[in-house]
Formats: sequence, C-alpha cells, structure tokens
Amino acid sequence: MSDATLQNVPSGKSIRGKLSRDDIIMRGSMIVIGLYLLITMAFPLYAMLSKSFSTYKFDLAAYEVQVSDETGTNFSQPVTFADLNETLNVVAETDLSAGSDGRLGVTQFFPDFSFRSPVNYRLRNTSDTGRFLVGSTLNDATDWVELDSNTFRRVQLRPVEARGLDNFRTYFRTPALSNSIKNSVIIATVSTVITVFLAFWFAFALNRSCMRFKGFFRLVAMAPILVPSLLPGIALVYLFGNQGMLKELLFGATIYGPIGIIIGSVFFTFPHAFLIISTALSISDARLYEASVVLRGSPWRTFWTVTIPGARYGLVSAAFVVFNLVITDFGLPKVIGGQFNVLAVDIYKQVIGQQNFEMGAVVSVVLILPAIVAFTIDRLVQSKQVALLSARSVPYSPSPNARLDWTLFGFSSLVAVFIVGILAVCQFAALVKFWPYDLSFSLNNYQFDRMDGGGWGSYYNSIKLALLTAVIGTSVIFFGAYLVEKSNGFRTGRTLFQMFAMLPMAIPGMVLGLSYIFFFNNPSNPFYFIYGTMAILVVSTVTHFYTVSHLTATTALQQMDREFESVSASLKQPTLKLFSRVTVPVSMPAILDISIYLFVNAMTTVSAVVFLYSPKTSLASIAVLNMDDAGDIAPAAAMGMMIFYTNAAARILHLIASRGILQRTQAWRKR
Amino acid sequence: MKTNVESSYLKIENLWKFFGKFLALENISLEVKEGEFICFLGPSGCGKTTLLRAIAGLDLQSSGTTLQGGKDVSNLPPSERDFGIVFQSYALFPNLSIEKNIAYGLENTGRSKDEIKARVAELLELVGLPEQGKKYPAQLSGGQQQRIALARAIATNPGLLLLDEPLSALDAKVRVHLRHEIKELQRKLGVTTVMVTHDQEEALAMADRIVVMNHGVIEQVGTPTEIYREPSSLFVADFIGEMNQITATAGAGNKVRFGSAVMESAPHQFNEGDKIIAAIRPNDIIPHGDSAHSLGKDDRVETESNAIDVEVGEMEFLGSFWRCRLRHELFGNEDLIADFSINAVRRLELSEGSTMLIELPPTRLMAFAGSE
Repeated sequence: MSDATLQNVPSGKSIRGKLSRDDIIMRGSMIVIGLYLLITMAFPLYAMLSKSFSTYKFDLAAYEVQVSDETGTNFSQPVTFADLNETLNVVAETDLSAGSDGRLGVTQFFPDFSFRSPVNYRLRNTSDTGRFLVGSTLNDATDWVELDSNTFRRVQLRPVEARGLDNFRTYFRTPALSNSIKNSVIIATVSTVITVFLAFWFAFALNRSCMRFKGFFRLVAMAPILVPSLLPGIALVYLFGNQGMLKELLFGATIYGPIGIIIGSVFFTFPHAFLIISTALSISDARLYEASVVLRGSPWRTFWTVTIPGARYGLVSAAFVVFNLVITDFGLPKVIGGQFNVLAVDIYKQVIGQQNFEMGAVVSVVLILPAIVAFTIDRLVQSKQVALLSARSVPYSPSPNARLDWTLFGFSSLVAVFIVGILAVCQFAALVKFWPYDLSFSLNNYQFDRMDGGGWGSYYNSIKLALLTAVIGTSVIFFGAYLVEKSNGFRTGRTLFQMFAMLPMAIPGMVLGLSYIFFFNNPSNPFYFIYGTMAILVVSTVTHFYTVSHLTATTALQQMDREFESVSASLKQPTLKLFSRVTVPVSMPAILDISIYLFVNAMTTVSAVVFLYSPKTSLASIAVLNMDDAGDIAPAAAMGMMIFYTNAAARILHLIASRGILQRTQAWRKR
Repeated sequence: MKTNVESSYLKIENLWKFFGKFLALENISLEVKEGEFICFLGPSGCGKTTLLRAIAGLDLQSSGTTLQGGKDVSNLPPSERDFGIVFQSYALFPNLSIEKNIAYGLENTGRSKDEIKARVAELLELVGLPEQGKKYPAQLSGGQQQRIALARAIATNPGLLLLDEPLSALDAKVRVHLRHEIKELQRKLGVTTVMVTHDQEEALAMADRIVVMNHGVIEQVGTPTEIYREPSSLFVADFIGEMNQITATAGAGNKVRFGSAVMESAPHQFNEGDKIIAAIRPNDIIPHGDSAHSLGKDDRVETESNAIDVEVGEMEFLGSFWRCRLRHELFGNEDLIADFSINAVRRLELSEGSTMLIELPPTRLMAFAGSE
C-alpha cells in the first residue's frame, strides 16, 4: 500500500462478513476433502521421505560386557563390543549399517565361545539408546543382565536409528543401483521420441488428410489404454522371446531388456500422446493455411511454418507426458526388462525382494525428481495452450490429395497393425494349448484358480475395485472441484486445496504405494485398520488418478456461468440445491468421463497397488504380473485380455449410458 | 411518482474496498430513495460493479456500512439480504425450463404448488412471454432470456432490484426496446432499483438519478439533465455526451481567455490567470449567418465577445446532423467540433474551406481545472 492510500485509510473498522449456512457447509466439506488429500498423500509422502533419511547402525560402544571364568563367577573388567571388535576385527565397518530389522549376534566377539561352557556373561546398555534382544525379549535398560552361555548365544544387538544422508550416499556409491537412473532416462527418452513421432503422424493423418477409415483408426489408437502396461511385454515375449515366432528378426539381440521395454512403452503410451497431439492439431485455424497458400508457400514450408508451430505446445506436452509415463512405469520393465534395471523396478526389488525399505524410499525419492520436473514443465506448457484458439478461428478442413492420403493411410495401417497385432498375439497365446509346440485351442489357460495369482477371485476383486473407485472417486473429486471453484472467499484454503489436488499427478504410482506402506502399516496410525483391505486399494487408486479427474471436473465447472451461485443466494435457496439440481445435471458429460477414466485405470493399474494388495484382495492386473513371474505366461496373457474385454465392455456401456442420460438430462442442449 | 417520497431505502456510508493493495472503492457514501431507479455509470474498471456486488453482499466491502430499509446489512451474506439480481449473462439455469427457472426462488418458501404456478404465470404475463413456460433457456432469444431473468429476480418481491449491465449482451435494437420495458416494469412495481451500466445513453434514458463513477470515487450524483447540463467535473462532462476541450486561462469574474480573446463563460471559481480547460458541447455551438445567409429572424449574436469567425474544416455527415471541424488560431492546433443541423448547413452553404461566424453561448461555455 502506498503512503498516499495509507493516509486515506478509512477510519471505520473493517468488515468481517457473516458466514451463511452454505458458506459454513462448503468450507467444512472442503476441509474434509482437503484432509482426505492430506492423509492419503501428503502424510504418506512425508513418511516416505523421512524413511529415506533414516539410517540404522549398530553402535558397538553402547554395550558393556563382562565374562566370568570357568566357575561362572569372578567376572572380568567390563569392556565394550567396540573394544573387542578393535582387537578382533570380526565385524567390518560397512556391516554395521543395517535395516530397521537388523540384528547382530554377539558370540562372534568371543572366539572361545561355546554354548556348553560353564562361563557366564554379563551384559548391559551403557546408555538408554542401546537395545538388545535376549531371545525375543527386548532389553533397553542400563542394568547388568547375567546370562549363561546357552542363553548368551541368543543375544542379538539391535541397531540405533539416526537421520542422515547415508542411504543416499550408499545409493550413489552402488553402481548396480545408481545405473538405473541412466537406464531409466535413456529408455524414457528413446520411447518419447519414437512415440511422439508416430503419434504426430497418426494424428496428422486423422486430422489433416482425407484418408479412409478414420473412425476405425481412432478406435484402434485408443485400445492400448484399456490394458495394463505389462500386456505388450507378454506379447513381445511370445513374438521375440526365447521361443518367439519372430525371434530371428532381432538378429541375435534379446528382447529382454531395453528393446522390449521401448517397444512396449511405445505401445502403451501411444494413445496418450495421440490424444494430446490430436487435440492440438484439431484446433488449428484454417485462415493461416489460406494465408500461406495466398503467399505462395510450398506445402513443405506451410507444414513447418503453420502446422508445427500450431501444434508445438501439444508436442511438448505429449513428450513430457510420455516421458513421465515411461519413467514411472513398473509393469512393463518387470515383465520384459530382464537384467536391465530401471528405477521403478528397483523400488519393487528393494522392498519386496530385499525388504530394504529405506533403500526403496531412496529410489522413490530419486524417481520423484524427474517425474516432478516433467510434470511442472507440462503444466507450464498447458497453461500457454489456452490462448491459441480464438472465437473467430475458422476450423481447417483438409482437401483430398491422393498421394498424401494414401501415404498416410499406409502409415496409419502399420501403426494399427502394430497395436492390433500385440493384442491379437496375447489373445492367441491365451487360447493355444502349449506355445509353440501345440497350437490347438483350449480354454485351459482361463482356469485361473489353478495358477498362482489369486485366480478368478482377483478378477472379481478388480471389478469391485474399479466400480468402487469410479463411484467414490467421482463423487469425492467432483464435489471437491465444485467446492474449490464455487465457494466464496477462503482464498488460502482454496489455493492450498488446488495445490494438493495437482500433486498426485507428479507422484509415480510405485512411490505412492510404497509411501502407503510407511504411513498406514503402522499400528500407531489410527487408520491402520484399512491396511490390507479393499479400502486402501480404493483410496490409493482414487488418489493416484486424482489430478486428471480433478482437472476434467474443474474445466467443466469453469464453463458454467459464474453467477449461478449468486443468483441462487439472492433467491435464498441453499447452494446444495443448486449443486444437485443444476450443477450436476449440467456437468453430467464430464462426470461420466471421470467415472470411466477412473474405472479403466483401476482395472489396469499395477504400480500403486502392487505394494498394497493382500491375498484376499489380489487384483487381475497383479495376477497378470504374478502369473508371468511364476512362468504361467499364457494364463497371464489370458487374464490381461480379460481386463481388455472388461474395459472395452465398460466403455461401450459408458457410451450407451451417456447417450441415455444425456438424452434425459441434456434435452435443453437442443434448440 | 414514488421517487418523491423523502425516505432513503438504501444508505451507503463511507464504503471502502481494497483488492489486495488496489483501491477499488474510495469512501463511497450514497443514499437511494425508496422506489428510485439509480444508475451507476462509468468506464470499465471504475468500481461500479464492485459497488453493486458490495450492496448485494457478493463481494463484501473492506469497510463501511450498508443500511437497507433501516437495517444494517453490512456484513450479511447475500442469502440473508433482500434483493433480486439480474446479470449480463442472464445466468438462467440451462437445464431447467423457463417455468422452473422462475419458480426456483419461490420453492421452499411456504408457498403451495398452486400458488407457485399462479405466480409464475403472472410473472410470465408481466414480462410479456406467457406462452414460453415449457421451453428451455437456450430456445429463447437473448432479449427473451433477459426478461426471464428479470421475472426470476422479482418473483419473490424483493425490496431491491440489482441489474448488472443487463442489456450489454443484446443487439442495439433489442437493447433500446428492452430498456424501455424494464423502466416501465420498474415504475409499475415501484421497486427500488440499482443498475450498473457503461452506456451513458442507457443511463440517461432510464435513471431517475445517475451516479457517475471514476477510479473508485463518485464524481457526481444527479438527475440525467443535471449531469448533462451541469457536469461537476471535466470527466463527467466528457463521459456523458461529447465535449470540446480547449486549453485556456481564467479571466477575472466569469471570463475565460483564449490567447488574446476574452469570452464570457458560465460562473466559475477560478482566479485570474489559472490554467483551465474551457469546454463546450458540440451541439451548444450556435451557427450564425451574415445578411446573405440568414438562419431566420432570431438569428442574431447575443454576446458579441463570444462570437468568432472560423474556417470550416472536415465535415462528416452523420445522418441527422453534420459534424464540422472548425479552425481558429485562438484554439491552437485543436479543432473545435460542432454539430450543426442539416438545415443550418444548407442555409449557410457550408462546405469544407468556407468561413462562418459561430457563437459560444456564455451559459454553455464551462471552465474546468486544467490537468496537471
């Protein structure tokens, strides 16, 4: 405030508005949903971050021990284990680092130890941070404990927790781990370049040419969204694996590794890139093309000066989305990565394989960084995209050009063959008896109950999860978006909420899942009870896919007249009446879009839930992973295709339902 | 007319509004009488909509009090105040039929279904759209939609009707027609009304009193004729209608000086030698003929000192009159703009390049403080 206005500041006290009942209800609800986001995202992430800085170390100087002579009396002078280790050197310095569950036996400090000897031992903690186990009894007092030899061998030291960067130091000093950063970045970069290239020309063909069968191509392009990311991995194993049909095409190279990951990544990220670029290409302004023709620009020059600049935000955005998807994907490299380590799989290996939760947390932190950078740049680019289309733009409609149209048709057909081929191979493999020796058909591979992975139960669990996620997620997310968009005042609260709502997109699923372990799998957490239930799967899935849904809802709400709430208040009607009678019906298309998005993703997701399912709540996508892991690749392919058909059916149902609901609730749209 | 009732229905005292550090309303005080039609007029960004929203409670003022019907409503939320509102965008609920839109505010008020139905029919009749109840808003024209919005706003008989640029989104012709209808309706209902507009013509045509605002302060409050004939500042003078502005100095006692010439002017408070802006409206400039070109028997110069010979520059034909740019060395490089009737132009045989005698009548020649 300038001095001039300061002098003029009004004498009366400033007004504090009285809150209406609606204001209170809306703020209250916003705080509830805000708390939900806090508990399901911010707190777990914090728990994970703090875990990555936790180190556990055996502090040998924290214990004193006395040894008796053969009579069991006459104890020696107290010495610490550190003193003993100095002379004996039985435990190397690096071995003193341990996980939270680390245990260190003590008999190794006594070369003459025999559990039959009559020698007695006395042991105590020198400070109250010291802890040791006798059998399974924890001793953390500083009093002397006297033990006979036979009991003494059951003594185990427990590590002391400290905070520091040691885990990160270890991580970067271990090439086996830190190489994954390079691997992940290479994989993601190469996949991004290829996918964006293919998706651009595919979108170009659909938007800017007069080729035939556009509807079919559009449908095919979206198919990969309906399957888990690991499904193309299975198809590639069948095609190029050790017993693959087309193995020779690789000229001795192996599909298990970067090649497989890249081909599979192109498959599952293609629809995402295609959608974004297609949108960018569809909104270009015909007047620019006319201008270019009038100025005698060659088609090539027009392409570089009009088409590409018009689509550049779409291209950049697509590139970052694909990069983010590939670098955070877990299912595909798990199936086909072989010995080629990437970050997302490292998290899994550290946590599930080695039970090294601290290192899992460290890898997670490393994985978050590129994801957040990609996410931030994408958001910045998207915010610039808005101004491109003005109300006066004239939509571009392509004119026939036989050579271009047929070239693009050929190209699009190749892409379509690739996509359909991958799915067909999976379906074929699922139906044959024993690849590649007995190619006769059977339904044996659908007897999931005879395989590892949870059987048909996991399939029904998936459907349950998908339905619950769609219903609960859509309600929570849409209502949350409504509160943010339409409540009065409370600006800090709304900004904070908006930030929380954007965060999940930057958090890779693996990281979210792992952080849930740290946060919820803790008996002192009041929400501990949801651990291992369907509830935690629903919660994690809703949170994982919160951002895109939130943005869809926000966009729909922003298109609504800002004054509805004002009018409603002036007519003294409760805001919730407006919400149910006007806002929800008018936003029905967006609400349906959100629910199908959540349904499909809940069916296919692997990354977050892989840490959170319990034997009772195994899921179809997890079953694919586990059956593949166990070598039951054909059943894995069969289950993967079940997910595909379910999602396809859901999409068709969604289409029919949308039509029906739209006809009833959107009659007003027609003039 | 009800406007003569000497009770103030709406009373605003020392209202301030800050948006962060930006001062949007500065110490606004205003009284609106019961049944009066008030227009807030000003350029965009002058704070008129902010003031309206503060009155409605949609965006509370930073400080100051609002009394409505003698009751302090300063800090009440909109739902606890008594007003109906119409927006530029109509804000009709698109998925509800016209009937349901109008009935929206009547529900949950203890009225029976039949009462509501009767009231809706009555309102549709009132706004002249009795047959349209079953349609949806998108099926009506803009003007029709705005009438429905009006019907919805007055359905519950609010004590105060707020109109936020209600006609801005409409075609010029519909606008003129509807502004007449709104004014009629307001007169019939006798509801105290505050309308925000940036269209001076609209304000002049509809308002009982106009509140001219600029940069968050009230420049002038008055009836349309007061505002037009006696603008209290150069801003008002320029914003309402058109105004020639000529740099000048004040002379002793109701005189203005252009270079060597001294003319009589409307009374002013300036001291001799003060830098001022002399102002006169284009249609206040009187054309005079010589013996050859007389405009009639009343054609004679009233104040000799205010008559000068000018050269006619560009002439624009604007349908009902001619707009002429007049040049004289007294006015420096600036042209004096005058609107002459077609009749006068013909009789005086004016054409570009000819000379003529004009008179600046003293009562219409105003003096305002020069800009610093």
